[in-house]
Amino acid sequence: MMKRDEMLKAFARQRTDEIVVAVYTAAQELTHIQPNDLNYTFVGAMGQGSSHALGLALGRPDKKVVVFDGDGSLLMNLGSLVTIANQAPKNYIHCLCENGCYETNGSVPTPRSGQIRFAELAKTAGYRKTYEIGDLAEWERELPNILNSEGPVFVTLKVEPGEAYPENFPRLYSLEYREKFRQKLAAS
Amino acid sequence: MPDYPLTAAAIKNQFKRAGIHFVVALPDRVTSHYLLKGLIADPEFKVVQVCKEDEGVSICSGLYAAGHKSVFMMQYTGFLDSINAIRGVAVEGHFPVCMVVGLLGKEPDVAPTQSKKYGVKIIEPILDVMGIEHRLVERDADANQIGAVIEKSFATSSPSAILIGREPR
Repeated sequence: MMKRDEMLKAFARQRTDEIVVAVYTAAQELTHIQPNDLNYTFVGAMGQGSSHALGLALGRPDKKVVVFDGDGSLLMNLGSLVTIANQAPKNYIHCLCENGCYETNGSVPTPRSGQIRFAELAKTAGYRKTYEIGDLAEWERELPNILNSEGPVFVTLKVEPGEAYPENFPRLYSLEYREKFRQKLAAS
Repeated sequence: MPDYPLTAAAIKNQFKRAGIHFVVALPDRVTSHYLLKGLIADPEFKVVQVCKEDEGVSICSGLYAAGHKSVFMMQYTGFLDSINAIRGVAVEGHFPVCMVVGLLGKEPDVAPTQSKKYGVKIIEPILDVMGIEHRLVERDADANQIGAVIEKSFATSSPSAILIGREPR
């Protein structure tokens, strides 16, 4: 198990020019840990992060797209695994922050909490490569391989809450930041 | 004047006129046979098939953020099923999601709000209350407005709905 913010900090240290789509708590934390115009937080409805990321990956096949999804979110949009595998974008890296609960909505456990092998679901759907990572040292060690793998790649990350970061929902859905994202991406 | 009042070719030409390359779709009984299959076969289009309609709202939004125009084809049942994504992503998030919605079961030349089919009857009022611009397409003359609807949607960064009132042939 790793602290989610420590996991994101480790990612930030190795990030180069990837687009990063993050949802819910991971999105709140990412905006503090690594402000970046290529952070995409404009997901708008629960479960939709993986689908926004697919649009980005298809629209910019020259850019790696990393999505930090949640297990509650993915359960709400499980069919997206099949849609993504069917399109098979080589630049798509799907990281699942598995905490076993709906953390933003009172930390109520997800159905079958801790008993689902999400990476196996992704493999069956047709993802090219899958990982299951349970601690920070393994994440730091595998990250270069993950970022250099041909996608779609799926990574289950066993996480728990770390340090608390202030929530800023207007920032997550800000049109100003979305336009900055579009401009930055167009120039990249 | 074509033998059939609405043709798939007229709709497809409007997509081309509007600069559409990506078509996100879940098969709709009104448009599948002549329009969607034709789009899949046409190398000028890239059709992204989804498993559920709310995915399509977000894929179109991601494509927009990456600099692409797209349309999203579905049946009215799928529109109803994906209302929250349309609300949160397209309306409140101001993403130009251009929906092409088949009104399965609508009687020919009957206004959707006058349809005997409950699901069809409620579509335009829902779009109105959500503030989403919509246009009914039943003839090629109507189809000729599709390009302008799409262009306005992207110019204003707001969603729109093109309601297909009969099967295009």
